Amino acid sequence: MGYQLSREQFDQFLDRLKDKYSVFGPVVDVDRGNYSDTDRITYREIHRFDDLELNRKSYFSPKEIFYPIREVLFQFAGGEARVPALDDKKIAILLRPCDINGIDRLDTLFLENGPEPDFYYRRRRERVRFFMIECATGFESCWCVAMNANRTDRYDVAFRFGEKILADVKSDEFSSYFAPLPQQPFDVRFVQQNARQVRVPKVADVTADLFEHELWQEYTARCIACGRCNTSCITCSCFTMQDVAFGTDRQMGERRRRWAGCQIEGFTDMAGGHKFRGKNGEKLRFKAMHKVNDYHRRFGKHQCVGCGRCDDVCPQYISFARCINTLSDVIEKRKRK
Amino acid sequence: MKNPYLMDKIEILEVVPETAIDRTYTLAWDKPLKPGQFLQLSIPGVGEAPISVSDFEDGKLFMTIRRVGRLTDALFALKAGDHLFARGPYGNGFEYGDYVGSALKVIAGGTGLAPVKKVIKHFWRSDRLTGLEVLLGFKTPEDILYEREIQAWVDSGIATLTVDTGDAQWRGNTGLITRYIATLNLDNLEGSRFIVVGPPIMIKFVTLELLKLKVPEGNIWVSFERKMSCGIGKCGHCKIDETYVCLEGPVFRYPKAKRLLD
Repeated sequence: MGYQLSREQFDQFLDRLKDKYSVFGPVVDVDRGNYSDTDRITYREIHRFDDLELNRKSYFSPKEIFYPIREVLFQFAGGEARVPALDDKKIAILLRPCDINGIDRLDTLFLENGPEPDFYYRRRRERVRFFMIECATGFESCWCVAMNANRTDRYDVAFRFGEKILADVKSDEFSSYFAPLPQQPFDVRFVQQNARQVRVPKVADVTADLFEHELWQEYTARCIACGRCNTSCITCSCFTMQDVAFGTDRQMGERRRRWAGCQIEGFTDMAGGHKFRGKNGEKLRFKAMHKVNDYHRRFGKHQCVGCGRCDDVCPQYISFARCINTLSDVIEKRKRK
Repeated sequence: MKNPYLMDKIEILEVVPETAIDRTYTLAWDKPLKPGQFLQLSIPGVGEAPISVSDFEDGKLFMTIRRVGRLTDALFALKAGDHLFARGPYGNGFEYGDYVGSALKVIAGGTGLAPVKKVIKHFWRSDRLTGLEVLLGFKTPEDILYEREIQAWVDSGIATLTVDTGDAQWRGNTGLITRYIATLNLDNLEGSRFIVVGPPIMIKFVTLELLKLKVPEGNIWVSFERKMSCGIGKCGHCKIDETYVCLEGPVFRYPKAKRLLD
C-alpha cells in the first residue's frame, strides 16, 4: 500500500517508532573522512529526517548494526560461561537494495552454511527490519546491475525521499503507523544501468589454471593488505575468536568474536607458523574468487552485490570492478585461442 | 535456539609427555567420535583452537598437543583432575569402510600421525584388510611420538620408522619419508589404499611420489590442517574454493584435494 508523507510526518513516524525500534540510517560524520576537511558517511541511529544523508554513499555498510565488529559470546566467571543477554528492541535500517541483497548473502552464510544456524547472528538478525531507500540511479562506483543485486522486494517499507516522501508499506507490522496518511500509489524504481560496466565471468569458465595467471601479480605489487575492502563490504562475514582475561586473579574473562578478513595479514596463520596465501596478490585472488565464483558454486548466487564500497575505500586505488573485468578479459582471450 | 558455540566442561584424566614439546592428554568423553575428527578445545579467557582426536575408547579420548602458542602454553600448565572446555566433534573424519578389504598404507609425518593413529590401531591385527603397512617420519629422534606403540608396530613388521636427521645414539633409519615409499609393497596398486597425513610440504611430495608410481588418485586420502575459529562453517578461515575444510574435510580423497588450491 502506498502513502504520501511530509517530512514533518516522517519525523512523527520516527517518534512513534521509538518505544519499540531503534532506527539507523546513513548520516554525515562531519570532518571524520580520511583526509582533512572531508566528511565520512556512516551508519548511525537517526531521530529525524534531517539526520539522513541521502546523496552520498556510506563508507561502511550497515552490517555492523546487527553483526558487531566485536561481539561477546561468553562471559566467564568462576569456571562457568554465561551468554550475554540482548535487550529486545527491534532495529529498523534505512538502506539501499544492494545492501538488502548483501544481507541476504550474510543470512545464507550464517544461517544455512554448516550444521546449524549461528546463534548470535540469528538473535540479532531476527530483530532487523528493512526501510528501503529507493535507489533509481545509484552512484558512480556501483555495479549492482551486473551482480543482479539492484532489485529486491524484501523490504518492510520502501521510501522515495523528495520534498514529499512516498512510502510503500509491505509489512503489516508497520501498516498502523501509515493508516491515517493519504494514500498514493507508488511503484518503487530500481537502478536499470550502472555507470560502471562490469562483466562477471561465468562460473563454469573459471578454472584452476587462472589461479596462477600473472594478472594477480599486479596486486601483489599494489595491495598493502590493509583490509579496508573487507571491513567496508556488506557481504564479508569472516571472524576470529578472541579470549581475554581480567580481574586480579585472571579468573574472569570473555570470549569475543571480531571481524577478520582474508585480505589482512595473519588470516590463515596456524600455531607453529604455517600460513597460506602469503602474497597480497594471492589474498586478492582468493577474495575475488569468493566474491564472484566460489560462493556461487556453493550457494547458487554471487556473494558480491556490486555496492562498490571496496573501490571507494581502497588507499591504493585498486578497483575490484576492474579486477573482475580483467579476469573476464583473460577468459575471453583464452576462449578465442 | 541452540547455541553451537557452547562448550562442555571436560575433565583431564591423565597427561603423558611424548617429547619435550608434545604431551598426550586423556580426556573424559562419551559422545560418538570418528578417527580424524577434531574438537574445538578451549580455556576460558585464554583461547580456543581445533585439535585432532588421536585415539578414543569407552568414556575417554586422547589428544596429542604440541606447545606452540598461547592456548597450548596454558594447557601445559594443567594436570590430571583439572578441567578444560571443548565442543565438537567436528569434521568428516576417516571412514573405516573406505579401507576394508584393501591393502592399506598409512604414510604419516610428525604430528600428522595423531589424526590417523586410531585408524592404524583399528586395523592392526584385524583380518578386515589384505595388508597394513605404516611409514612414519619424524624430524629427529627427539620428535618421535608414541614411542612404545610405534616400537610394537615396528616389531610386528607393519611399520617403518625414519628420522630426517639422526643423532649419536640413533641406530634406525634416516632420511626423508619419501625415500621409504619404495619399500612398501606396491604390487597391487588397484587394491591398495593410501592415507597421507603430515605438514603440507610432506603431503605434497609424498602424493607426487605416489602419483609417479601410478597409484590411482582415488586410492589416496589426505587430511588437511587449517586455522579455524568456529568449526561449523561460519568463520571463513578454513575455506578453500567453495569448500569448507571444517565441514567437508579435514579428510579429502585426492581427486578433491588436488583441486583445493590456496
